[in-house]
Amino acid sequence: MGARVITITSGKGGVGKTTATANLSVALAMRGQRVVSIDADIGLRNLDVVMGLENRIVYDLVDVVEGRCRLRQAMVRDKRLSELYLLPAAQTRDKNSVEPEQMVQICQELRPDFDFILVDSPAGIEQGFRNAIAPADEAIIVTTPEVSAVRDADRIIGLIEAAGKETMRLLINRLRPDMVRREDMLSIDDVLDVLAIDLLGVIPEDEQIIVSTNRGHPLVLDGRNRAGQAYNNVASRILGEDVPFMSFERESLVNRVKRLLNLER
Amino acid sequence: MRFLNDLFKPKSTSSRQAAKERLQFILVHDRAQISPQLLQTLKDEIIAVISAHVPIDRDGVEITLTQSRYQSRLQADIPLLRRPRQRTT
Repeated sequence: MGARVITITSGKGGVGKTTATANLSVALAMRGQRVVSIDADIGLRNLDVVMGLENRIVYDLVDVVEGRCRLRQAMVRDKRLSELYLLPAAQTRDKNSVEPEQMVQICQELRPDFDFILVDSPAGIEQGFRNAIAPADEAIIVTTPEVSAVRDADRIIGLIEAAGKETMRLLINRLRPDMVRREDMLSIDDVLDVLAIDLLGVIPEDEQIIVSTNRGHPLVLDGRNRAGQAYNNVASRILGEDVPFMSFERESLVNRVKRLLNLER
Repeated sequence: MRFLNDLFKPKSTSSRQAAKERLQFILVHDRAQISPQLLQTLKDEIIAVISAHVPIDRDGVEITLTQSRYQSRLQADIPLLRRPRQRTT
């Protein structure tokens, strides 16, 4: 059987699928896992940029599907982690250039040689999403604590269930604990109440995400900020470790200093 | 500044509560694929059918869509009009 294929999806755009895919791929590879991340957002390729690998692309997913290169030739090896690869999306084609069955075949070919295949789904519920979900053993639903994102997440959950996939967990992204405390943002429990799905993790809003994307240097590589730490926790949970959920109570000064000194995970 | 705002703010539901309630309402309709308009049509027709046979309090009729994890449920609450008791002698 080999690799676990996990599709990261959301319905709504802009909630952090690509950032999540990049950080989880890196975090899993840092734990010694052999990882391929596949950018299934054909025509709007971005995972390469977030991972800082855009200069190394020669071939892409559509080249593989259309037989212009072998699968291995299209895979870009990460410059920091030797067991991490990216299969980039085509930039000049559209989502209909690939069929769900071809995604399944590509993943079949990769499974024996890897531990994880992470598929970054495009937004929406059309062909691109169907391509991304077709090979999945599991799905990670990314949402933010906002009405529109949660609504779309619910729709996606329904579609994934309808596709006969049962294993899915929720990643709540961009939580602002200060706003929740002021009663101006849906809380983690509110979102879980509404969606009735298992929680995989919560990533606090963190401006360092933008900085890390600017540099093409995923946040988890530097584990000292909260979002990076949260992604590390999620990676551990994916590996079956029982990591307690991060507390979003106001952080004490002592804990803050500890964290910055990297004394606690 | 914020505490002044909070102090004089009229006590209303928080935006968090509003978001949750709106979401729950939206999702009930999304999941069952029954729009508020369709619900109104159902209500009108149910009233028509029932009142053809039994006198009911039309204004008191409530049709609601509720849901749990696995099931959506259409509930109709139809108050009957009080009728004079029938004497049985």
